[in-house]
Amino acid sequence: MAIVFQRTEGLTQKPFHYCPGCTHGIIHRIIAEVMSETGILDHTIGVSSVGCTYNNYEYFACDMVQAAHGRAPAVATGIKRVHPDKMVFTYQGDGDLASIGTAEIIHAAARGEKICTFFVNNAVYGMTSGQMAPTSLLGQVTTTSPFGRDAAVQGYPINVSEMLATLTGAVYIERVTVTDFKNIQAAKRAVAKAFRVQQQGLGFAFVEFLSTCPTNWGKEPVESLTWLKENMIPQYPLGVFKGKDLVV
Amino acid sequence: MSKRVLMKGNEVIAEAAMRAGCRFYFGYPITPQTEIMHYMALMMNKVGGTFVQAESEVAAINMVYGAAAAGGRVLTSSSSPGISLKQEGISYIAGAELPAVVVNIVRAGPGLGGILPAQGDYFQATKGGGHGDYYNVVIAPASIQELYELTVEAFNIADKYRILVMILGDGTLGQMMEPVSYRDNEPMVIPDKPWAVTGRAGRTEHNTITSIYINPDDLEAKNRELQDKYSVIKKTEVRYEGLNLEDAEIVITAYGTCSRICRNVIRQASEEGIRVGMIRPITLWPFPSEIIAEVAKSEKTKAFLDIELNAGQMVEDVRLAVNGCKPVHFYGRMGGNLPSQKEILDQIRSIHKEVSK
Repeated sequence: MAIVFQRTEGLTQKPFHYCPGCTHGIIHRIIAEVMSETGILDHTIGVSSVGCTYNNYEYFACDMVQAAHGRAPAVATGIKRVHPDKMVFTYQGDGDLASIGTAEIIHAAARGEKICTFFVNNAVYGMTSGQMAPTSLLGQVTTTSPFGRDAAVQGYPINVSEMLATLTGAVYIERVTVTDFKNIQAAKRAVAKAFRVQQQGLGFAFVEFLSTCPTNWGKEPVESLTWLKENMIPQYPLGVFKGKDLVV
Repeated sequence: MSKRVLMKGNEVIAEAAMRAGCRFYFGYPITPQTEIMHYMALMMNKVGGTFVQAESEVAAINMVYGAAAAGGRVLTSSSSPGISLKQEGISYIAGAELPAVVVNIVRAGPGLGGILPAQGDYFQATKGGGHGDYYNVVIAPASIQELYELTVEAFNIADKYRILVMILGDGTLGQMMEPVSYRDNEPMVIPDKPWAVTGRAGRTEHNTITSIYINPDDLEAKNRELQDKYSVIKKTEVRYEGLNLEDAEIVITAYGTCSRICRNVIRQASEEGIRVGMIRPITLWPFPSEIIAEVAKSEKTKAFLDIELNAGQMVEDVRLAVNGCKPVHFYGRMGGNLPSQKEILDQIRSIHKEVSK
């Protein structure tokens, strides 16, 4: 019998620990498939960050390093400078990247560090149980904005992709989501493009994934996908913010 | 030894690192250590290494973490306030057991403090510094020649034990010039690093570098492993210099810049007929407790005098080693001031008067 679908060799055999309806699993699989299909799995070093994916070094089958909160781009810089011929990526959530790690991500992009960053934005701190993130939407109820995020008190969401797109060192920036098959395919193309940008030594490549957190949003998985489309996409429009015409 | 030149302490550290095979430097400017950066910026370019001026000390130490995880020989340097910022990364480096060398050219604190020499970072350096149960090897050179030799040695110790080695200098050592001799070909001991992340090609398993162990039994086992390693280092890596220990009545304990002032005082005291010796710890961790305990037990030893550029930090370790056998006196200066020979000699005279009663 012909095998038509199987676990990608880009992932280990270890089962994911993510909550039902969380899209980290899909994003992991996309990255793993790209590494496997493009033949870079044996030549890639990933960096895990702090948050729900702190231990994704157990899931990705490539070499992996676990980094301190927000510091993954600095750790990746150190790795890439030692192994300029290897592919290096960071996998970071929005608390990690858009709050505690703002300095590291901005400067890695500004240096044009030849790494890929996969940024998962679910508008909330997941692991520590649903606190407000820099990416939380106005009005969004979280455990630390129990009356809804109020601009007068808690300020405004940060659009990281748009912000990084102002930096010359960032050559490819795209925001995607994984709510359905079509978007998953587009997200996979973005990941592959990000790795090709790195392979060709062009500079910093960044893919933002709009993602769900049913547990901390207090919503069913399907309802979460709808909420993402109706609320997150208006604030965080999908698209290419840098490198649209870049052919790699 | 092939070449003898006059050089500044900070530059010697950089030259020694380069000659020890260090090819990766990540740092952030801060006085009084910035010449290390300047020298590395030139030198790494010359030898095909990497120099990155990081956006902060926090980023710099995390770049060190990444480069060390990738198997590189890596250095960062800073001064007290910057070293405080690096403590997060230093703890992770300890937890992940990565080899790295960190230079702290100590300045006066607390807070932004001042830019002049001090030894107020002794506690931070020798008791871990960041969160969790760990030690770094801490080396305290006292001359430019020692800065050179111990910097080379620091890289070898770091790789041998997969540990962070801190070179604890101070503003005086960093800024002063002295003649230094180098060997043309520094014997480099760079072991294989099969644990490093290099891309898994050629291996069946992927390598992972981490400091997180969610299961308490796993984390306790990891801690026990670390403590076992520290026990070995305590047995094998203690270094100190003993001076006149055979017949001293008063034994000075001092390290780094302070020990140089004390050396002159010992000569002056002997002219007055007071027999003074010195134990100069070269490794502050592991601490030379055994020799201090041994000397404390000697009948000839009447008292200890600990001299530091702080309010009394190493003196706690001296007292632990002396264990009540003999009185331990302390004299320190702070704020970037150094004690004069006369100040120390006055201390010795008054202790001598007391013990001669």
